[in-house]
Amino acid sequence: MSDQPVLKTTPLTAWHHDHGARMVEYAGFEMPVQYEGVLAEHAACRDRVGLFDITHMGEIEVTGSAAGTWLDSLVTNRVVGVAVGGIVYTAMCREDGGVLDDMLIYHLDAETWMVVCNAANHGKIAAWLQSHLPANGVSLDDMSDRTALIAVQGPDSRDLLTLLEALAGHSETVDALGFYETFSLDGPDGRWVVSRTGYTGEHGYELYLPNADALGVWEELMAKGADLGVQPVGLAARDTLRFEVCYCLYGHELGEDITPLEAGIRWAVKLKKEAFIGKDALVAQKAAGVPRKLVCLEITGRGIARQDARVKTGDRDVGHVTSGTFSPTFKRPLALALVAADTPDGDLTIDVRGRDVACRTTKFPFLAARTKGDPRAARTLSE
Amino acid sequence: MVPDDRKYTQEHEWVVVEGDTGTIGVTDYAAGELGDIVFVELPEPGTEFSQGDTVGTIESVKAVADLYVPVSGEILEVNEAVADTPELLNSSPMDDGWLMKVRLADPTEIERLMDAGAYSELTGG
Repeated sequence: MSDQPVLKTTPLTAWHHDHGARMVEYAGFEMPVQYEGVLAEHAACRDRVGLFDITHMGEIEVTGSAAGTWLDSLVTNRVVGVAVGGIVYTAMCREDGGVLDDMLIYHLDAETWMVVCNAANHGKIAAWLQSHLPANGVSLDDMSDRTALIAVQGPDSRDLLTLLEALAGHSETVDALGFYETFSLDGPDGRWVVSRTGYTGEHGYELYLPNADALGVWEELMAKGADLGVQPVGLAARDTLRFEVCYCLYGHELGEDITPLEAGIRWAVKLKKEAFIGKDALVAQKAAGVPRKLVCLEITGRGIARQDARVKTGDRDVGHVTSGTFSPTFKRPLALALVAADTPDGDLTIDVRGRDVACRTTKFPFLAARTKGDPRAARTLSE
Repeated sequence: MVPDDRKYTQEHEWVVVEGDTGTIGVTDYAAGELGDIVFVELPEPGTEFSQGDTVGTIESVKAVADLYVPVSGEILEVNEAVADTPELLNSSPMDDGWLMKVRLADPTEIERLMDAGAYSELTGG
């Protein structure tokens, strides 16, 4: 007998086991944290192409004549006005401006939208949507348990994706697909949603598939990508990849005690929108002065600052590290920190397990994304 | 494959004894569990420690592990190559990736550490 809860699996769980993945519990799922090693997987995605099983994400379809305007009233970014085939990144806030989750909202068809939320917040967001549902004009369908999600990310992702049999007749559509655009097609077991999105800062795609199609697609991508050097990538490298390009991770840079104005996603908050939950609090916070800001830090002393390490200037505690790790691209420790808005640029210290380690503020983001434009654009890593 | 020329601890360290000097490192198993090691902090030579003291840290991309000293004594030397090139701990943890040499204060401590057979059992063979 065990008190361990039964973890959810994905259509690819057995494949991960068979291919040497180290599996961990993540948001109630058993997920691969690494296969070959985080550094090799990180490099494969930056230089070539990586495959990610991110089936743990939540997908909730929202349909009806009022679906768009209703979603617009719940989130910080503008949903109304997003054309069919468009996608918007947004935060969803409480009345006090704290972030319930960050998410993508897909406009799939005239009256059909898809909310893609974080696995850890899936139950909370499903309940929040349900509790705010209007009497008429909107219905919800939580597709998460029957939807697999595979991300294909890296400069060679376009070349790999178009090798898929099912996309053979869609190569022009794939080529024409802009960043944050999506199209759907009829797969063998139902609708496939293809989007040019991702969480790595590289040119990439995400494929939402009926569960039954997932293993076949994954194996086809692995086989056909062999010449491209395709690499399965686990959650550990997914985190270092997003960290270098400074994409927020809920539970780190975002949370119910952090507003989107503080977290560096002001661009996804449209305070001129007529109304949305949390707007009044955010307008008031902006007027009073946003108390904290997200900063990029490079560690100049010896040590790796991890989440929750305190950040100081002199004797003054100014905030904490939200994410910190060794950057595989820069080959040095870096950190994101949420600090008092008046924290000066320049030299700071971080308390790394009782030891003061020197750091200094640096440009945001650490690494520029290559999601738009030339996927193989040369990178400058100068300091 | 656990070499039988040395002793082992529950914390996945190894000690090779030559005279009154113990050379200490972490095991292949520990390095593999940590994953890609990217940072190593070692103690200052000349410092004295007691068995079980925390003397440094080993960090992989995702994890931080304390480094314990498995025997009491004075730190004679640390492996600067590992501090400069932490990946040595992944490529050669049992050999080139040694961490520190200690002058044994109490040689009988060695007797209480695990032999290769016991350590092999601990790590599932």
